[in-house]
Amino acid sequence: MTDAAVAGPVSRRRAGSTPVARALGRAALVLAVVAALLVLWEAYRWLWTTAGWTWPFAVNDTSMPHVWTIARAFGQPAQVNQPALVTVLFHKMLFTAKEAAAGFAIGGIVGFALGVVLVHSRLLQRGFLPYIVGSQTIPILAIAPMVVIWVNPKLPGSLQGWGSVAVIAAYLTFFPVTINTLRGLQSADPRALELMRTYAASRWAVLWTLRVPSSLPYVFSALRLAATASVVGAIIGELPSGLQDGLGGAIINFNQYYSIEPQELWATNVIAAALGIAFFLLVVLAERLVVRRPPETVT
Amino acid sequence: MTAADARAVVRIERMTKTFPQGHVTALQDIDLELAPREFVSLIGPSGCGKSTLLRVVGDLIEPSSGSVTVNGKTPRAARKDGDYGIVFQDAVLFDWRTVSRNIAVPLEMLGWDRVHRRRRVAEMLELVELDAFADHYPWQLSGGMQQRVAIARALSFEPALLLMDEPFGALDEMTRERLNLELLSIWEKTGSTVVFVTHSISEAVFLSTRVVVMSPRPGRIAGTIEIDLPYPRTVETREAPRFFELVTTVRELLRRRGEHLLPEEAQLLEAAE
Repeated sequence: MTDAAVAGPVSRRRAGSTPVARALGRAALVLAVVAALLVLWEAYRWLWTTAGWTWPFAVNDTSMPHVWTIARAFGQPAQVNQPALVTVLFHKMLFTAKEAAAGFAIGGIVGFALGVVLVHSRLLQRGFLPYIVGSQTIPILAIAPMVVIWVNPKLPGSLQGWGSVAVIAAYLTFFPVTINTLRGLQSADPRALELMRTYAASRWAVLWTLRVPSSLPYVFSALRLAATASVVGAIIGELPSGLQDGLGGAIINFNQYYSIEPQELWATNVIAAALGIAFFLLVVLAERLVVRRPPETVT
Repeated sequence: MTAADARAVVRIERMTKTFPQGHVTALQDIDLELAPREFVSLIGPSGCGKSTLLRVVGDLIEPSSGSVTVNGKTPRAARKDGDYGIVFQDAVLFDWRTVSRNIAVPLEMLGWDRVHRRRRVAEMLELVELDAFADHYPWQLSGGMQQRVAIARALSFEPALLLMDEPFGALDEMTRERLNLELLSIWEKTGSTVVFVTHSISEAVFLSTRVVVMSPRPGRIAGTIEIDLPYPRTVETREAPRFFELVTTVRELLRRRGEHLLPEEAQLLEAAE
């Protein structure tokens, strides 16, 4: 019994490439795509202004500021006697990141717990799932003021303001996590469930030994969605809270000056997008560390 | 073995299983008794209920009538006591666990402590000769190796009874024959009683102390053939004249019962031979 020839880690690497080389290659690709998009932006601008086209909108310095105008805006203060915009935005981004991270954690935990509860009861699934789905059909902007009014007074001083924004972010976050956790927990191989039955395993043991590990790929694809949703939720949550410390406040502020200085709103959007991407990448990284799967099913 | 043998590992009396959906009688009036250390194969065409019979013994489904006992207990009590291990056609290993930790799953469920688990897993790895692959993941192994892990897992807690549902059905002929030899050597070392479901006549004859031939619609026992080939069985056993006689006996019993087979089932049966 020596079929050892077929064993050994399955490798799909291209010959002669090290992990470092592959990481560099991937980074170069990302940079190339970003560069191409910037070039496309400028090319579009140039073509539309030169040809005088006005469909779907007239192109000018307000509707589409130059890439370099936006880039330069980072280095200049938005208001007199203030540090450079990039410094201001960086601090606002940290504030929003704090809200989003807390919202992501709350939403992730609540979402996962709901999924675990629902997978064990068909009755609860029938009873609750429609409301869970329904909760997401209400626009977050309509919920946000109420959450602020309900939650904020109960929060201790250090959580005042941003704590209620985190709850709003959690409201956007929990939904995909619940739905995918439920699906993931149900995805356990029926024969594996039978095996666990032959070991007389308790529900609890089946949950942690079989169902949860089976669900992880589903849970992580939900967490990727949730990561970006939590950032969006935090930014939107800041609007009705009247908070000026985060990116939401900055967006409202720069919106008012858009016709004069559009590049500042664009700069804020770049930072907001960067935050969303950073959250997304953190989840991807966590997935790499946690999920052990055949290479071909790991994305 | 007599009906009075009180030490029967499995005793089935007048057992019938019907599936209400579709009014199918999967098994009718099954009587079967297994003595300790027996190796009994169930063979028959698709739809003869051989897998159903195995699943009734394993308490994965309940009989409609009649009685089934395992180690003198109800199948449920036997299952709760860890009296049997099961191996399916697919290994059903947990992708996120190494080979060692897969074998340890039943031990964890039974509450063994870490030290005992580790010792037993090492023994089982040695038994199925996979010591070198303890820290591999299932998807890094061949189909035959995966099935050996499944066997090690099923035997890890020393169940009195090993239930095997076409365990080598998905493997190529070469691997299957090698694993047959290995299974016999494991069986001789562990002293388990084995119920082995298969489509292959030669596999059934090669492995078993007794072959139970089943016929379909409704699933019944068509006959039982004692396999008097001496153990240990080797590669030469497959070439012995007595082996061919027994294969022919089983085949004829199957064929006689196969008269009312559907054409595609007859084909399957041919293919299995």
